[in-house]
Amino acid sequence: MNNNIGKIIKVAGPLVVAENMMGGKMYDVVFVSEQRLMGEIIELHGDKASIQVYEETGGIGVGEPVYNSGQPLIVELGPGMMEAIYDGIQRPLDMIYDEAGDYIPRGIQIPALDREKKWKFEPMAKKGDEVKRGEFLGFVQETSLIKHYIMVPDGIKGKLKEIKEGKYNIEETIAVIETEKGGVEINMLQKWPVRKPRPFCRKLAPEEPLYTGQRIIDTFFPIAKGGTACVPGPFGSGKTVIQHQLAKWATAEIIVYIGCGERGNEMTDVLLEFPELKDPKSGDPLMRRTILIANTSNMPVAAREASVYTGVTMAEYFRDMGYSVALMADSTSRWAEAMREISGRLEEMPGEEGYPAYLSSKIASFYERAGRVRCLENDKHRIGALSVIGAVSPPGGDLSDPVVQATLRVVKVFWSLEAELAYSRHFPAISWLNSYSLYTDNLKSHIQEEIGEDFYEFQTEAMKILEEESELEEVVRLVGLDALSSTDRLTMLIARILREDYLHQNAFHDIDTSASIEKQHKMLKIILYFNQKAGDYISRGADIEEIENMDVLDRIARMRYIDEKDINKIDDIENAIDNEISSLLEE
Amino acid sequence: MLKDYKGISNISGPLMLVKGVEGVKYGELVEIKLGDGSMRNGEVLEVEEDKALVQVFEGTTGIDAKETKTRFLGRGIQMYLSPDILGKIFTGLGKPKTENDRIIPEKKLDISGNPINPYARDYPNEFIQTGISAIDGLNTLVRGQKLPIFSGSGLPHNKMAAQIARQSKVLGTEESFAVVFIAMGITFEESEFFIQDLKKTGALSRSVLILNLADDPAIERIATPRVGLTCAEYLAFEKDMHVLVILTDMTNYCEALREVSASRKEIPGRRGYPGYLYTDLASIYERAGKIKGRDGSITLIPILTMPEDDKTHPIPDLTGYITEGQIILSRPLNKKKVSPPIDALPSLSRLKDKGIGEGKTRKDHSDIFNQLYAAYARGKEVQELAVILGEAALTDMDKIYYKFADEFEAKYISQGEYENRSIEETLDLGWKLLSMFPRERLKRISDEYLDEYLPRFKKEEKEVAK
Repeated sequence: MNNNIGKIIKVAGPLVVAENMMGGKMYDVVFVSEQRLMGEIIELHGDKASIQVYEETGGIGVGEPVYNSGQPLIVELGPGMMEAIYDGIQRPLDMIYDEAGDYIPRGIQIPALDREKKWKFEPMAKKGDEVKRGEFLGFVQETSLIKHYIMVPDGIKGKLKEIKEGKYNIEETIAVIETEKGGVEINMLQKWPVRKPRPFCRKLAPEEPLYTGQRIIDTFFPIAKGGTACVPGPFGSGKTVIQHQLAKWATAEIIVYIGCGERGNEMTDVLLEFPELKDPKSGDPLMRRTILIANTSNMPVAAREASVYTGVTMAEYFRDMGYSVALMADSTSRWAEAMREISGRLEEMPGEEGYPAYLSSKIASFYERAGRVRCLENDKHRIGALSVIGAVSPPGGDLSDPVVQATLRVVKVFWSLEAELAYSRHFPAISWLNSYSLYTDNLKSHIQEEIGEDFYEFQTEAMKILEEESELEEVVRLVGLDALSSTDRLTMLIARILREDYLHQNAFHDIDTSASIEKQHKMLKIILYFNQKAGDYISRGADIEEIENMDVLDRIARMRYIDEKDINKIDDIENAIDNEISSLLEE
Repeated sequence: MLKDYKGISNISGPLMLVKGVEGVKYGELVEIKLGDGSMRNGEVLEVEEDKALVQVFEGTTGIDAKETKTRFLGRGIQMYLSPDILGKIFTGLGKPKTENDRIIPEKKLDISGNPINPYARDYPNEFIQTGISAIDGLNTLVRGQKLPIFSGSGLPHNKMAAQIARQSKVLGTEESFAVVFIAMGITFEESEFFIQDLKKTGALSRSVLILNLADDPAIERIATPRVGLTCAEYLAFEKDMHVLVILTDMTNYCEALREVSASRKEIPGRRGYPGYLYTDLASIYERAGKIKGRDGSITLIPILTMPEDDKTHPIPDLTGYITEGQIILSRPLNKKKVSPPIDALPSLSRLKDKGIGEGKTRKDHSDIFNQLYAAYARGKEVQELAVILGEAALTDMDKIYYKFADEFEAKYISQGEYENRSIEETLDLGWKLLSMFPRERLKRISDEYLDEYLPRFKKEEKEVAK
């Protein structure tokens, strides 16, 4: 591998051109100069290779060597990934901190997974079994929340000659498989090139909802396990808070969170907060099911380009074990900008807004790695799902931005964040008028079975009220509120309740931060019950102001703060509504 | 050892191409000696075979192709540092401005710095009291935050920045801030205003000034913020000081960057700014923060004037995506003589939630902040409505909102340049204004706080009424 040493002939920012690179392949990883800065070949002309370097290139000059590793960019897969924090090329940031201190020095190489740590391997397959790729050999209890299954690596098929129980590190042999070409020793460490999707048996249509605990999402614009969603919005509209909320409360078993070109302090927030937060089911820290990838905006731009692939490959690996995995990428715009920067340095002909012409195909193929799949396996039905939620940061919040448009063409859920809502401190600032979810029909039967037949009637009715409100607002703007009929004013009132007491959700409130679908169902029911009763009362000639001043409105406003344990108390409000209205009738 | 190269093959804009060089490194500092003996500085932007592309900080005026000599120094731009930099003034390239500003260096640091490991960061959560209600109460600043001021030409952003620098303190401690003031392309008058203000308050002796004024070379500005931040990092992380960095004006910095990019014939992004503007700005802004196990911190306040007050212009837009919030100044408020004219609705501090509440400010802070915001937003809406329909058409409740929005601007946001309000005063003022609403309208405040605080202010109002 070292007999072919290239020589640098050009350095321009993160782009380095080297000659004498015969034998190099596209996307091979290379090491630049004696400092061994990691890079990747992105263009070949004769024996000249253009290399995007994942680290700062200051101090690199013409004539320095380039070593080709002969391998594409890979990630290491095996026990030890949970709770880790990696940079865009899977270098463990916690270990870099231990070794090098506060700053990330150049050229530092630390393996992604701990080579020393011993894991207790428990076999599931027996000696003599016929095994092939993707099948479970055994598992390691990696954290209290996650069983890390060890699968037969790609391309290996044969009879299990030997399998060992006990404590091993990830490089020790735990099994031997007798293949056609002879015995193959298997350890717990696997490697996979990041730009190649991991194989599966076949894709399935998503039909199970991924609950997020966010009322506007679960009720109106749900996402499916294995689905894709995007959250575009201008700065300050709360993209990152939504991504964090999903990472905390989504009903996925594993979370991969990619901080791609975003703020360093946001990653610190996640790092400090997640170990404190408890998984609602098990009570264990949420960090135990989370992998973080942090390539903040001041870290090298080429590694930012790689970070989404690093993340999605790790996510696919856990999907292959049959888990439901959710991947959050914040923000895909920074990833696209990294592509634009590299493309500009390569002097490629630009497409829209200077982005490379292949922007939309790259975005499409990234989101296409999501999905609900039958995993590789023969007998049992192992189904894994990978949901991808990407934040997009369009300049000026302008949705005609090429990254937004290319993303909207492939994703099925669109949560549109609006600056206007954010200014009035309505969070999550997801617009109920512009957002959509194409999964509503797929998920319908599942949700009806789980929650109740009436959930969709409620949802439709509530949405109708909100839409009516926006029309009525136009009228109010012209003629004033007093000119509306009592029925219309009731609609305005109910819409306000829906907006302020249902859709608005405080991410920083202990209880309000997440609501189960059962609670959402009950809350919606009460609001619409009130609508119905108040409507009856108005038809009997009541004045709207009487209704606006009802005491029960306060209880409705506060139902969001009712603990999940006591959600049956929400049902009592029905009686309170009846009582108050009948006492009003008596007067 | 270091070789001199004579002659330059191409000069264009701020760039020159030197041919026949050997062993030149990317990012290296270059000394340029002109035919008349004067010296200039440059930086290598690109090396290709035996050619080096050099960006000349002082501009290429007067450089001739034949006589000019270049010397490659084998290192990047370095800043000489010692605790004595406090009270000194440096040029945009980090050289002492006058003889008096010379120091005996204890350390040399490369100005480009290394990225802070996100794992090493400590989350900023210590409340800084600036004495300005619109910041403390609504857009709370915390130590280690980067909070820009989005302004426009003719708005009093400098006065506000000076007020922040003058009044900032962390509650319960007597430590004050060291100030690093970084000027990029601002006028002499503006910089003199800051210097005089720092002098008046005696803060000059704990300040470092890096000045690149409007008549200084424009390309030098590309190095200026990095020089200043290197000083800040030294003071914060090696000398355990709390450093407040004021960067003004980022718009001039970005224009210098655009000039270089255009001379290199790069493919432009929006409005002619280079595609890597985001990454470049991030490499400046992200140097703010706190590091685990270190006592110091860097709090960054960049000021930028938005061309045509347009928030979607690439400079404010990209800045807003990197910084942790923004304070936006508004021209209509300035016309109404609200001082400082902070536009509360689009302003935001992302880190406030961790910096407020019990033990930091007061337990009711978060609720009262939410309520003030909501009420002010509603009040502004009502005011718009009233323009169309006339005030008479408003409901009684809407009339209260209308009045509230006016009072809020006049009493809460507006306070004048020299009023220093404590956080208690700011929060109480909020309660006082909110007490004009009936209790059930204050939905965003929990019952507990309503019980505790509201009666106090309601009573006061009644007494006044009597």
